[in-house]
Amino acid sequence: MKEIAIVGYQQSDCVSDAGALNEVELIIPVLGRIFEQVGITNAQDVDFVCSGSCDYLQGAAFAFVLGVDALGAVPPIKESHVEMDAAWALYESILKIRMGHADSALIYGFGKSSPGELPIVLSQQLDPYYLAPQWVDTISLAAMQARMMLDQGLITERDMAEVVARSRRNAINNPHAQLKGDVTADDILAEETYLSPLRRSDCCPVSDGASAVVICTVEKAKAWGKPYAVISGIDHIIESHNPGMRDLTDSVSTRKAAANAGMGDGKVDVAELYAPFSHQELILSRALGLSEDTTINPSGGVLAGNLMMASGLSRIGEVFNRIVAGDAERGVAHTTSGPCLQHNLVAVLDKGEVA
Amino acid sequence: MANLAAVVGIGQTSYTTKRNDVSIAGLVREAAVNALNDADLTWDDIDAVILGKAPDMFEGIIMPEIYLTDALGCNGKPMLRVHTAGSVGGSTALVAASHVQSGTFKRVLTVSFEKQSESNAMWALSNPQPFSTHLNAGAGGYFAPIIREYIRRSGAPDDVGIKVAVKDRQHGARNPLAHLQLPEITMEEVSESFMLWDPIRYLESCPSSDGACAMVIANEELADRSSKPPAWIRGVAMRSEPTMYAGREEVNPQAGRDCAADVYKQAGISDPRKDLDVAEVYVPFSWYEPMWLENLGFAPEGEGWKLTMEGATSLLDGGDIPWNPSGGVLSSNPIGASGMIRFAEAARQVRNDAGEHQVPDAKLALGHAYGGGAQFFAMWVVGAEKA
Repeated sequence: MKEIAIVGYQQSDCVSDAGALNEVELIIPVLGRIFEQVGITNAQDVDFVCSGSCDYLQGAAFAFVLGVDALGAVPPIKESHVEMDAAWALYESILKIRMGHADSALIYGFGKSSPGELPIVLSQQLDPYYLAPQWVDTISLAAMQARMMLDQGLITERDMAEVVARSRRNAINNPHAQLKGDVTADDILAEETYLSPLRRSDCCPVSDGASAVVICTVEKAKAWGKPYAVISGIDHIIESHNPGMRDLTDSVSTRKAAANAGMGDGKVDVAELYAPFSHQELILSRALGLSEDTTINPSGGVLAGNLMMASGLSRIGEVFNRIVAGDAERGVAHTTSGPCLQHNLVAVLDKGEVA
Repeated sequence: MANLAAVVGIGQTSYTTKRNDVSIAGLVREAAVNALNDADLTWDDIDAVILGKAPDMFEGIIMPEIYLTDALGCNGKPMLRVHTAGSVGGSTALVAASHVQSGTFKRVLTVSFEKQSESNAMWALSNPQPFSTHLNAGAGGYFAPIIREYIRRSGAPDDVGIKVAVKDRQHGARNPLAHLQLPEITMEEVSESFMLWDPIRYLESCPSSDGACAMVIANEELADRSSKPPAWIRGVAMRSEPTMYAGREEVNPQAGRDCAADVYKQAGISDPRKDLDVAEVYVPFSWYEPMWLENLGFAPEGEGWKLTMEGATSLLDGGDIPWNPSGGVLSSNPIGASGMIRFAEAARQVRNDAGEHQVPDAKLALGHAYGGGAQFFAMWVVGAEKA
């Protein structure tokens, strides 16, 4: 199968409220930067474009259509869209390259979550007959999951606070992070609970912004002469939607997707995990069997800033950044969708040959 | 070069205004089970599920694949959700095909649906946006001026749309799944139906339907031993252009022309009217048949309406290139599924499995879908033979 590489990644700052900027205005600067990074001039210079966004964040049907307007798609382009995190747009793009209909692809995700109440908005992705009418919001579901873990003695509140403190400290070096600072677990534990057992710091912030990735065949990456990381494996798996039908304290689909993506074939220097709640990072790192040899979320992860519909793509981009910076030779990126880690994607990235 | 792939199973629900007897999960499962039965397969034979529909606001469920995974037997497997505009059913079929054509999967299930009775499609499409022009017009209001421009340029007589409306409903009357069953419809009846968006009359518009469509797509090895004849995927293409830009050709959009040229090249088609035996084309308003006849190269620019008036696109008149023998979007329109229905009906024709609306000896067929302001296009060509 064709070797596919990442050659570019850009992300906007995670901001709590982008104000009057619309989605196109969030996307365009990111695209401008990634075109410059890869050395191309516009979307015509890649063979395929795929994006991820969510109509309900914008409050309009077909929100992605305006996103296409940001591309300058004249003459027309090969383009598609998923109503999922843009990490799945990357997955679709990989299939396109593997089937020989493209050698390169631009992927972008964007979300402006600030105008709505995100946890309540997302409650409308639940089963419309049995769960959504109860308006169970995402934080409440996550709190239930954390409570199960605490009650079973799988984690402690201090474990959760350590995750938050590490995120805040790591984010100091991430210019795009929204929440950062030199805080300790004790500082976190001193906070009052928000939705017990979760403190506000256990929950990711609501952020506005966009991110973008360019992928291509390894031959193309060499032709472009850009540093790259190879996507050596990628897989994703969904589990039952009914929270009573699965073990919420584990993530079977993450473990299986990682195995299918070949994570076990080598050591993992870095992992970027899409864990919107601190306890979920613990579930994920255990499901992946990560040891102390792996640096987890050096960017701060989504606890430092969560761009809905782009955060998963950014996790892949952050691992790419570590590899091309020489900090890591091999890493895994994880993305999730749905309540309580229902659907999970794992990508394994390896260092490319020196150009 | 893409790996060979083929449609080995097709399942549809019947299409109707309100499916009060099933939930949304029940609706998609019905189509999926029909497709599995058609392919003589079970849930265990499926490696991944690709779900399409758009927009989420029609049913008021965000990312419905999250909830529908249980109904679609997808737990423990990959689930991908495609969301383009009105072309979504077609785009979904193409993304599903890419799972197999890339060599990544052996056999996948793809499903698309719309339960339009859960909401009001026109208003779901018309909510105002900050800093954007608020059309508040629905799809018909958007396309009517473009159709008027087509009539002005081509000099087409004003009953072309009426003829298409009658022809597609006569076709639909041969398809037991079609929503509108109007076997006795006449030109006079259509011309007397009330004007919605001049020149589009009520009976020249698509209905609002509940329904779902599903297909099983398999690789060459599995398709070679499928229980029924496979429909081999001979070409796949999609194109997008912006809604508006200076000089945009809205009557005969470049994205549509480019998409057709791409898919014809892959399938070895030089003269679509001659080389293809049948086409299932997205015609939600009657006048889009002559317009797409030109856009897709079946007729020179300005002359598409002549094919319609000659009966070339009519199955009942024995036309040489029947368009929409299933009755098309004018007979059934569950929006999120409508594109996939075109793709599936094209496949039914080349499998020689289209019942009373079968085009005799159909060997090569086009499936077409478009969306947005006629700016998003998805097409495939399927054949009875591999090449």
